[in-house]
Amino acid sequence: MSLKDKLVSNHIVLQESIDADSPIYDIRNEAIKTFEAEGFPTKKLENWKYTSLNSILKEDYGIFPSKEAALDFKDVKQYFLNDVDTYKIVFVDGVFSSYLSDTTHDGIDVCTMGAALTKPKYKQVIDVYFNKIAKGDAMDSLNTAFAKEGAYIYIPKGKVAEKPIQIVHFSTGENDVMMLQPRNLIIAEENSEVQIIERHQSLTDKKVLTNSVTEIYADKRALVDYYKIQNDKLEASLIDTTEIEQHKESIVSVHTFSLGGNITRNNLNFYQKGEFMDSILKGVTIIEGKQHVDHNTLVHHITPNCESHQDYKGIFADKSVGVFNGKVVVEKEAQKTNAYQSNNNILLDDTATINSKPQLEIFADDVRCSHGCTIGQLDESALFYLQSRGIGEKEGRALLMYAFANTVLSSVKIPQLKERITKLIAKKIGVNIGFEV
Amino acid sequence: MLSIKDLHAGIDEKDILKGINLDIKAGEVHAIMGPNGSGKSTLASAIAGKEEYEVSKGDIELEGESILEMDPEERAHNGVFLSFQYPVEIPGVSVTNFIKTAINQTRKAKGLEDMPAGEMLKKIREKAELLEMDRKFLSRSLNVGFSGGEKKRNEIFQMAMLEPKLAILDETDSGLDIDALRIVANGVNKLKSKDNAVLVITHYQRLLEYIVPDYVHVLMDGKIVRSGGKELALELEEKGYDWLKEEVGA
Ligand SMILES: Nc1ncnc2c1ncn2[C@@H]1O[C@H](COP(=O)(O)OP(=O)(O)OP(=O)(O)O)[C@@H](O)[C@H]1O
Ligand SMILES: [Mg+2]
Repeated sequence: MSLKDKLVSNHIVLQESIDADSPIYDIRNEAIKTFEAEGFPTKKLENWKYTSLNSILKEDYGIFPSKEAALDFKDVKQYFLNDVDTYKIVFVDGVFSSYLSDTTHDGIDVCTMGAALTKPKYKQVIDVYFNKIAKGDAMDSLNTAFAKEGAYIYIPKGKVAEKPIQIVHFSTGENDVMMLQPRNLIIAEENSEVQIIERHQSLTDKKVLTNSVTEIYADKRALVDYYKIQNDKLEASLIDTTEIEQHKESIVSVHTFSLGGNITRNNLNFYQKGEFMDSILKGVTIIEGKQHVDHNTLVHHITPNCESHQDYKGIFADKSVGVFNGKVVVEKEAQKTNAYQSNNNILLDDTATINSKPQLEIFADDVRCSHGCTIGQLDESALFYLQSRGIGEKEGRALLMYAFANTVLSSVKIPQLKERITKLIAKKIGVNIGFEV
Repeated sequence: MLSIKDLHAGIDEKDILKGINLDIKAGEVHAIMGPNGSGKSTLASAIAGKEEYEVSKGDIELEGESILEMDPEERAHNGVFLSFQYPVEIPGVSVTNFIKTAINQTRKAKGLEDMPAGEMLKKIREKAELLEMDRKFLSRSLNVGFSGGEKKRNEIFQMAMLEPKLAILDETDSGLDIDALRIVANGVNKLKSKDNAVLVITHYQRLLEYIVPDYVHVLMDGKIVRSGGKELALELEEKGYDWLKEEVGA
């Protein structure tokens, strides 16, 4: 049985487990129909031209965990940001772990989607926000069809989440090969603020496929900073879709640090619905071996006087493959839009590949849009300059790579996170020259 | 200190340096002048170890030992410093981090521990003051957006931090205003001792009024065609290079 068939038949089992009156019941049914009609995306689709899922769809993934795995905090501590106080929403093989989590309902809601989808007290919110931003393509729909668990974050009007929130999804291998489909919903009401760090982490050498969807709703003047750490095992693949709707004067940033994993596909879509907003999309990708990271971004400027800033940097070694497909649409009404996009890449080996494709669709006439894409090697004259000051070649190369990635790190607002990422990058590059952040 | 013997070097089959002989002793200041494109910067790069320039013949010795086989960083660890004619911009690395890394890498090569943070800070402050550098430069990205003069001042700041045995200053004066020239020259002079040496590459006599050379050499078409005392610089300033070209038949 193909994975698609398996998913479709398992969906029936899933639906039988919930009340047919629950609002989610119909949404899921619709979604599985869409997925059934479309199937998994193939390279024939324009948006998937450079990323094939074939190699990862052959596994016989378990759809639901068969047994509950217990984790000791000390064994997974390293995957958390520990030197800063945070809320935590933690899942183990798709199941919420209250033991590892630190949630709250005190003024803000930091809890699980499972509760939000089923408890009547959240019904109104779910009705208004759930599955409203998601585009409803095949992978989105598949996730919706199986939407059961994930993070639910609700920051009411004028509230500031005092601590960053960590969302961590572990897979343990206890349940053999697993397909996980977390679903996160983040609602930041007027004048609210929140910072979120998300991580998917496999603890096993078994194959894992995660198809994650996050919807972020930023109301007027909301400030949302979202950080994604993608530094997973070589057997773990991730399809990560993030859909963001922004309203007047809100600022939303998403930083994606892709430092490991098998196939990683990021779909990051911003829809701007109000004036004077800023959407910030940043990414650092450093991969080697046969790793594959695909960034597929969309910024849809619908209203006037808004900005978007995209800055993606990639360093590719060995036979790794990078894809950047950045689309900016400026509608006719969206006058005075400032849209910037840059994608800079360094190929360390001849065998590494980057496919970079900016797409600008501009229907307004009074706009400023710029895009730039560079592909190069490390600057040898800069390296000589460093060496002439006594810095060894290896360290010099590392310093240049770090410097290259640094413009992206400079906008990380949580200092401890910034330091953590710096260290991850230094480790990844294979040296530690003790530079500060 | 530095002894260059019949040095031939070039790039892709093209000869740029065509038999350079130069001896610099500890405590001395040498100046090299010469027309554009004569090979001055190439000589400086060859001493500092830029791989691009292939040495086909001859030798470069530092304190009696050939450095030709050494990587640029090893030469730096042995006391060679080059102030670049065109300092490279490196976004994302601050001046402070850069110099810290340079110093600690040099110490590591010598089997020393990292310089204690307090000592480092003190030294940075001291040298920045010596060169009358605005403190805010120290946290800026290396050379990025620096004016021509600021870049040169930053080069000499690095020199002051690294305390080299042999400092090669490639057109450090170009881009400096009159006050900056004095400050930078003063900085170089402060660092001068009987144990180190300076090789100044310049087009103008003015710098040599501050950093007074013991010897002046003229480089033309890859060869030193004339050497003399500091008065040679004055003569060149007055008469240009044509008369020399005729005399040496170049
Ligand atoms: N990387 C290179 N590729 C090709 N030619 C080079 C290269 N480097 C130097 N040259 C050539 O070698 C010659 C000497 O150059 P160099 O930079 O050493 O001159 P210079 O004496 O320092 O000149 P200036 O006074 O203008 O600084 C020039 O003709 C230059 O074009
Ligand atoms: Mg020159």
